Amino acid sequence: MKNIRLLLLLLGVLTTSAALTTAEDNNCLTCHQDFEDEETGPSHLIVRDIHIQKGLGCADCHGGGPSLEDMDEVRESPDWRGVPSHLEVPDFCARCHGSASYMHEHNPSLPTDQLTKYRTSIHGQRLFVNKDTKVANCISCHGAYQIGSARTPHSTTHPLNLAPTCANCHADAEYMADYDIPTDQFEKYRQSVHGKALLERKDLGAPVCNDCHGNHGAAPPGVASLSFVCGNCHAIEAELFNASPHRTAFEENDFPMCETCHSNHLIEQPFDKMLGAEEPALCINCHAEDDGTGGLATAAAMSQAVEKLATAYDDARTSLEDVIAKGMMTTDEEFRLKEVQQLLVATRRQTHALAADTVDSIAEAGYQKANEVRTNSAALVDEYYFRRKGLGLATLFITILVVALWVYIRRIEK
Amino acid sequence: MAASSSSSGGLSSQLYQWLDERFKLDTVVEYVKGKVVPVHSHSLFYYFGGISLFLFIVQVLTGILLLMYYRPGADSAFESVRFIISNVSFGWLIRSLHSWSANLMVFAVFIHMFSVYFTSAYRKPRELTWLSGMALLGLTMAFGFSGYLLPWNELAFFATRVGTGMAGAMPGLGEQVLIIMRGGEEVTGATIGRFFALHVAILPGTTVLVLSAHLLFLQRQGMSEPLDWANKPESDKRYRKFFPNFLLRDLLVWLIVLNILAVLAVLFPDGIGAVHWPLGAKADPFAPPPAVIRPEWYFMFTFQALKMLPAHVWLIEGELFGIGVFTIGGLIWALVPYLNRKSAKGQPSKLFTAFGVFVLTFVIVMTALGYILE
Repeated sequence: MKNIRLLLLLLGVLTTSAALTTAEDNNCLTCHQDFEDEETGPSHLIVRDIHIQKGLGCADCHGGGPSLEDMDEVRESPDWRGVPSHLEVPDFCARCHGSASYMHEHNPSLPTDQLTKYRTSIHGQRLFVNKDTKVANCISCHGAYQIGSARTPHSTTHPLNLAPTCANCHADAEYMADYDIPTDQFEKYRQSVHGKALLERKDLGAPVCNDCHGNHGAAPPGVASLSFVCGNCHAIEAELFNASPHRTAFEENDFPMCETCHSNHLIEQPFDKMLGAEEPALCINCHAEDDGTGGLATAAAMSQAVEKLATAYDDARTSLEDVIAKGMMTTDEEFRLKEVQQLLVATRRQTHALAADTVDSIAEAGYQKANEVRTNSAALVDEYYFRRKGLGLATLFITILVVALWVYIRRIEK
Repeated sequence: MAASSSSSGGLSSQLYQWLDERFKLDTVVEYVKGKVVPVHSHSLFYYFGGISLFLFIVQVLTGILLLMYYRPGADSAFESVRFIISNVSFGWLIRSLHSWSANLMVFAVFIHMFSVYFTSAYRKPRELTWLSGMALLGLTMAFGFSGYLLPWNELAFFATRVGTGMAGAMPGLGEQVLIIMRGGEEVTGATIGRFFALHVAILPGTTVLVLSAHLLFLQRQGMSEPLDWANKPESDKRYRKFFPNFLLRDLLVWLIVLNILAVLAVLFPDGIGAVHWPLGAKADPFAPPPAVIRPEWYFMFTFQALKMLPAHVWLIEGELFGIGVFTIGGLIWALVPYLNRKSAKGQPSKLFTAFGVFVLTFVIVMTALGYILE
């Protein structure tokens, strides 16, 4: 009994001291929350910050003792770092984010090369070399007090929020006036096939600014490296392009690889008429009949093959839809039509290699399959009417039997 | 008949004589010739037993044809059904006939049962005919439940999971029953094996035995006469010869049902409305359940009633309470020949008629609600 009382006393002491420690830890917030605005004050905003959620406190960034009660004492603390200037921010954050051993304790999966990359970026170079404090530093993109992992939806660096985050500066014509670069990137991106996928369909697989430009090392991709940037996702197209005569020709003429035909921020859904020897084909922008490359002839041949298969695919799909509407079992044909669709995609993709024969052979395989779908769909429609005719005959036969039987019953009952 | 047959001296009469010498066919023929069927305003309902029998025969025949291509198993069931529908000649028709005749059979069995109930045809001496009929109803429902899973498609998978889950909610042996039904804790390929064996061997064998007994009772006792015939003078009663008159009419009805079946099977091979069995997607235990999981229409009243019960009724869990009420209700229904003493004396019972009306209304309303509220 005596031991239990002693244990309870000890527990009481421990609990009280723990509570006091917590109160001491909150000294920064206790004072700052008193006089800061509830909507905009850092001490109020910080509760959603990932650092606070991971157990770090104000003093871990700003220094000073969290247990001190007087602000002058805080400022006089040997480790007091205060509020960094715009120029100091990258090094301020890199104290922890550049230390592999420190980050290992808190978030081992997070890289620690952000500052190194930042120094190579246009932003970093302007900041450190030109001392240009208008360029973005860490807090320009991540914020200062509501920093969240890029995986959390409220974060400014979540894929759905990233383009607007970059657009905060890059779409502001007045702010960007000194830099002589366009400010319509965000507007163009929003209308592009990538922007629509991400911002309208919420497809997180679609690329956003940092997927092409990098994030901490943000810079425009160079002309030569553009096919590698696009090739990160469009790997087969990039491989075919790099093996094609266009690769060397574009390099020699300083053309921006993929961008030459597909544009950059305003990348639209490619369409078959982009290829060919007549308007609105893009090939005529560079090639002429007599340029000695045979480019237009190749383009015309590839365009013809693609168009032939695309038309066959549409016809096959229409005929199959008719059969589906009739309620027939079409699983096999649906699979076959998928194969045609894949071959159509492969044919369109193969045009990047500029080999008309290969394009034609893939298209021909798809064309044959599309014909099979059409033929089988027609057979299924015939089968549909055959079933109805069979039903009609069976009904007629059964009706005759019923009438005959009824007459016979009436006769024997008389 | 035997004498006239023998005098004609044809091949058929010789065959008849040959059989008669060995099996005493004359006594059977004389017995059948003496059988009569009462004729009254509700005579139409006599045909529903025959319709159920006919549809059962269609089930057996189409089932055998399906069996030639069906392959039970999580990796083959769905594929084999798809093969039957799309590649086997008239496979689509056989599956459609099988599914439509199953649904029509349940419908015919329900009409048969309620008509027997409301005319008190279960009364002494036909208690065993009623009981064997109740057993056949249970077997028919079990056929439906076990057959639903066999295509191993998405809808069947989740409906079976819910259905077996309900059996698992039974107090005491529930968990054991669930494991026996599923062949484990979850609905898997092992469940198909069990349901398949049940559907093509255990249930048909048992049904043939019980059905034989049911038909034997019927043949020995004849058709039940209406209650008010007890006080009717013999001269006012009308009868029809069983052979050939009633049998030919039965055949005529069978032909009409066959035609209805053919029309439904050809025009709606995947069913229509609430009676629908599209093959759809293959069952995927890891996929989210479809928005609407519903059992077949003849289980809907039970499903809906259990769904509408609150979480707890007094101190009992809602679902458990519902299963208890259905069990007691089913027992009362099955034992009605022994509970309704008035009918045994040839008198109508307002209480049991009211009970029958309540049950029928409950089944119709709950089924309708099941589809309206889903």
